[in-house]
Amino acid sequence: MGKTLFDKIWDKHVVEKIPDGPSVLYIDKHLIHEVTSPQAFKGIEQRGVPLFRPKQTIATADHNVPTINQHLPIRDELSRMQVEQLINNCSKHGVELYGLGHPYQGIVHVIGPELGITQPGMTMVCGDSHTSTHGAFGTIAFGIGTSEVEMVFASQCVLQTKPKTMRINIEGELQKGVVSKDIILYIIAKISASGATGFFVEYAGSTIRSLSMEARMTICNMSIEMGARGGMIAPDETTFEYVKGRPFAPKGNAWDKKLTEWKELYSDADAIFDSEININAAEIPPMITYGTNPGLGIAVNGHIPVLEHISDEGEKKNIEKALQYMGLNSGASLIGMPVQHVFIGSCTNSRIEDLREVAALVKGRKKSDAVKVMIVPGSQQVAKQVHAEGLDRIFAEAGFQIRQAGCSACLGMNEDKVPAGEYCISTSNRNFEGRQGAGARTLLASPLTAAAAAITGVVTDIRELI
Amino acid sequence: MKALQKIQSRFVPIPMENIDTDQIIPARFLKATTRDGFGKNLFRDWRYENDSEANPKTDFALNNPLYSGEILVAGKNFGCGSSREHAAWAILDYGFNAVVSSFFADIFKNNALNNGVLPVTVSESFLQKIFEQGNEATLSIDVESQTIRIDATGEQESFELNSYKKTCLLNGYDDIDFLLSRREAITKFEKESA
Ligand code: SF4
Repeated sequence: MGKTLFDKIWDKHVVEKIPDGPSVLYIDKHLIHEVTSPQAFKGIEQRGVPLFRPKQTIATADHNVPTINQHLPIRDELSRMQVEQLINNCSKHGVELYGLGHPYQGIVHVIGPELGITQPGMTMVCGDSHTSTHGAFGTIAFGIGTSEVEMVFASQCVLQTKPKTMRINIEGELQKGVVSKDIILYIIAKISASGATGFFVEYAGSTIRSLSMEARMTICNMSIEMGARGGMIAPDETTFEYVKGRPFAPKGNAWDKKLTEWKELYSDADAIFDSEININAAEIPPMITYGTNPGLGIAVNGHIPVLEHISDEGEKKNIEKALQYMGLNSGASLIGMPVQHVFIGSCTNSRIEDLREVAALVKGRKKSDAVKVMIVPGSQQVAKQVHAEGLDRIFAEAGFQIRQAGCSACLGMNEDKVPAGEYCISTSNRNFEGRQGAGARTLLASPLTAAAAAITGVVTDIRELI
Repeated sequence: MKALQKIQSRFVPIPMENIDTDQIIPARFLKATTRDGFGKNLFRDWRYENDSEANPKTDFALNNPLYSGEILVAGKNFGCGSSREHAAWAILDYGFNAVVSSFFADIFKNNALNNGVLPVTVSESFLQKIFEQGNEATLSIDVESQTIRIDATGEQESFELNSYKKTCLLNGYDDIDFLLSRREAITKFEKESA
């Protein structure tokens, strides 16, 4: 029997398998940030052990950082202390840090790929659930907790139970106005926020093959929102082309050698998955969420489910509670509903292509007076590119505010928050209660759908603007 | 990590599905650099009106004096969302040593086990039976035999736990000690796969 892509990489990284227990899995690259690392550094210090392989860990500051005046000291004292502690810990333990002010600084899942740190065939972890993003390169990448960060510090390994495998095949051409964010929101709505728990997902099929690397990252990024341990896509020419020439990519002979290895990274034709799902790309509409988990999504021009039609009592209660929080009605359509905020950013959709797409749509248009629009590039590199391509002028003319790199309103740990009771169309990945600020109401959508709402001030079907 | 063998206790029911880690511990409390003191902010926004401890929401289980105990019982897909281990720390710090649900999100399950909080996965019907018990009812959880029992009715179910994790829990061992003992094998692995 053939092997899946996942198995090929997994098997190569198992140091040993504990009988009736997890495997000791070797980690090639470890990314850290200020929020989930301090207790892990403290942990190894208390044990009196050094970092086992400090060169394989790379740090950045992203979750807490302000997105204006980054050259000034951070005003919030606790945030400042956390960022300072990261600086101290990295220098003490010999970890490379791309902190505030560094040209490589940015959201951890944006900088890994853009610097060429993320490469096919690797195992990667980070104390952050959206580490699944890196799977777009044919990488086993997943989020871990702080105890596991400490494990990697101590041994460059984590203990992992092998997940089951799922393949999601998407075939055919996408409708106009439908982008990769819609694909993943559609999948999650179809299988629910827990539909892939216990699985590692491989996305395959002609639709996936046709996507750019950045579009693929958006899909893998949200794998965790359906409970999956991670998501991955087999590397191909698009992948190799993207990695080539980036600062940390292999060069010369090393590149040729790696390329030969990478070309073996695919699921064999006779590989068997524990679960398989088929999707026709043509049936995917522009999506939007109405509830408080990413699985509660509908076509932007569709209707919220009618409560009386839901037979599962648990689900009914769930949606009822979500609608109450969101201030929305069972059976209603969202089209034409006013929104007060538009947030374009986060590790899901803050890369240059996302911003180019938005710029192409808003060029020559102006935002509605009723909305505040914030664009937060994923990294310093993206911000630089925005400037170089003159996109910042387009945004400024449209009345969009462009900020400095960081997680920002994705989780509202800094000042970028949505006020209680107000609606925000967000390109981020989570619409949980209070995620963007206490009482904030988040509607997840693609950068295009978000930009459309910025222009009209209401939830809009993007297909009517293009 | 402290050892965990048996728990017999009353429980606090939160019969909601998809309880995500942003609710268990909201992001604004993640700025701490130690593992302590998260319990007072457990379920912060479900517990208090306008973030004020002077205004507890009386309909929330943690504020209901009828409920107490070392066991939290919650609806399916508990702990989904962010990987923040702070969620497990908050649950432990508040005083819970086990969480019972019909389904746990993967990362939360690992995080809980790594802190000596036992995630007990039961069937949906058993979970509903627990929710039907009165506030005086107690549950007995036994790590060695991997069973959970509703004491009043004697109904019980067994739950999954691999033997490695079981040994860790019963003895209070942690994964890091284990991995540190394997550094030689890991170095050998690195040489062979280079
Ligand atoms: S952008 Fe949002 S989801 Fe991504 S790493 Fe930052 S906080 Fe997490």
